[in-house]
Amino acid sequence: MERHFDEELRELKGAVMRLASLARQALMKAVESLKDRDPAAARGVVDGDAALDALELEIDEKCLDLIARHQPMARDLRFITTAIKLNAELERIGDLAVDVAQRALELAGKPLLKPLVDIPRLAELAARMTGEATEAFINGDAELARRVVLSDPAADALKRAVEKELIEDYMMKDGSTADRAVPLLLAARHLERVADHAVSMAEDIIYMVDARVVRHHPEALGQRPEE
Amino acid sequence: MLSTADENPAARPPSGTVTLNAGSTAEGDAVGAEPKISARGVSFYYGAKRALKEINLDFAPRVVTAIIGPSGCGKSTFIRLLNRMNELVPGTRLEGEILLDGADITAPSCDAADLRKRVGMVFQKPNPFPKTIFENVAYGLEVNGVRDRLALEEKVEDSLRRAALWDEVKDRLRESALGLSGGQQQRLCIARCLAVEPEVILFDEPCASLDPISTARIEELILELKRRYTIVIVTHNMQQAARISDRTAFFLMGELIEIGSTGRIFRAPRDKRTEDYITGRFG
Repeated sequence: MERHFDEELRELKGAVMRLASLARQALMKAVESLKDRDPAAARGVVDGDAALDALELEIDEKCLDLIARHQPMARDLRFITTAIKLNAELERIGDLAVDVAQRALELAGKPLLKPLVDIPRLAELAARMTGEATEAFINGDAELARRVVLSDPAADALKRAVEKELIEDYMMKDGSTADRAVPLLLAARHLERVADHAVSMAEDIIYMVDARVVRHHPEALGQRPEE
Repeated sequence: MLSTADENPAARPPSGTVTLNAGSTAEGDAVGAEPKISARGVSFYYGAKRALKEINLDFAPRVVTAIIGPSGCGKSTFIRLLNRMNELVPGTRLEGEILLDGADITAPSCDAADLRKRVGMVFQKPNPFPKTIFENVAYGLEVNGVRDRLALEEKVEDSLRRAALWDEVKDRLRESALGLSGGQQQRLCIARCLAVEPEVILFDEPCASLDPISTARIEELILELKRRYTIVIVTHNMQQAARISDRTAFFLMGELIEIGSTGRIFRAPRDKRTEDYITGRFG
């Protein structure tokens, strides 16, 4: 039986999708601005954050309104509480994109320390994880969400590789590189945090779909419902 | 094992048999106290029509159990079996047994009047007698032979206090109960029920005819009463079940579909039929 409530839930899902799309675009644009040394693009990311913030507030209000008016139960309740959590995670991803853009602004006008290899890879992985987490939410796909969680070690490894290279190959050998290496170190950390937020999204989605708590229970990740 | 903040499905009793436990106010289904009431293989017939099918359900002491389900699912029929109200309906038949502290209440040796003292009932519409407030509460005591005036007065006051009505009626105990508001009348009926010292209280949609403020008072009262009594409540109001019960049972077409901690049932029911019902997708 189709309910009017279902239409409202679809609208909520659409709003979360829009926020996810904005957050991913901001992230990619921020990394491009870092790679291309493009301050105008970086400023565009910083200025664009207001739109994400506004949408986050709108989604929050929509969720509270749905809870107040419908007192949702079971999967409806899990869907809305997951939307609330994803909303916060996506807004933070948007903030981290701004952080990356600010690192790009710091580096603008300074000579390139080295061609960026692992940072774009990390950015691509973090963006893919965010996109897949969003897709898992849209389709109620716990398996895809599980794969996002399992991608986290790769993001951690890329961040460590960036740190190792910048610290051992540059900063330790030549202290004067620090003012260009530190922003890159921070950018890698921001991107790894994006991946962490995607993992949190995925963990929430697994609960939404299967009513199974995997957060803080990595051993539960490999299990299926009713195991 | 799942790491849900919930009971382990593997630990569930065989299909159709469920155990409710004292103090299971949140999640667990761990076996604890002896059940206060047990329905064992209960089927019930109105003539040829089977209204309840092989219900197995235990109620532990001092736990509020809500029974939910669509109209005609058998929930009111079931609750009325627990103090033999249905035997007043001609052409009905019961199979299985219902145990109160281990003794079968359907046995011929069980006196229905004695049973109803131990298992009290509060109905959908407040049904005070056309008597004074005092007489309403004292009625059951007098029927049971209490004549001592002081004892009656003490018991009436105690019952009205426990029903959270004393402060509102203490100055008009000799006035007609019919002059009370609907919510007050319902609390009076609860006081009348408490006066005879029941062990179990059955509530059959007790707030169906009350406004939200009166409903909130009855709900608070039920939460207080569960410290002393085993409580079973039939309700159509899912939010009410979620607010006040420790356990929730879902009935559908005469069958017990699912029982579990109330939090789990309303967050993550296991049976699709339960899910469809509580999310309003039924039909």
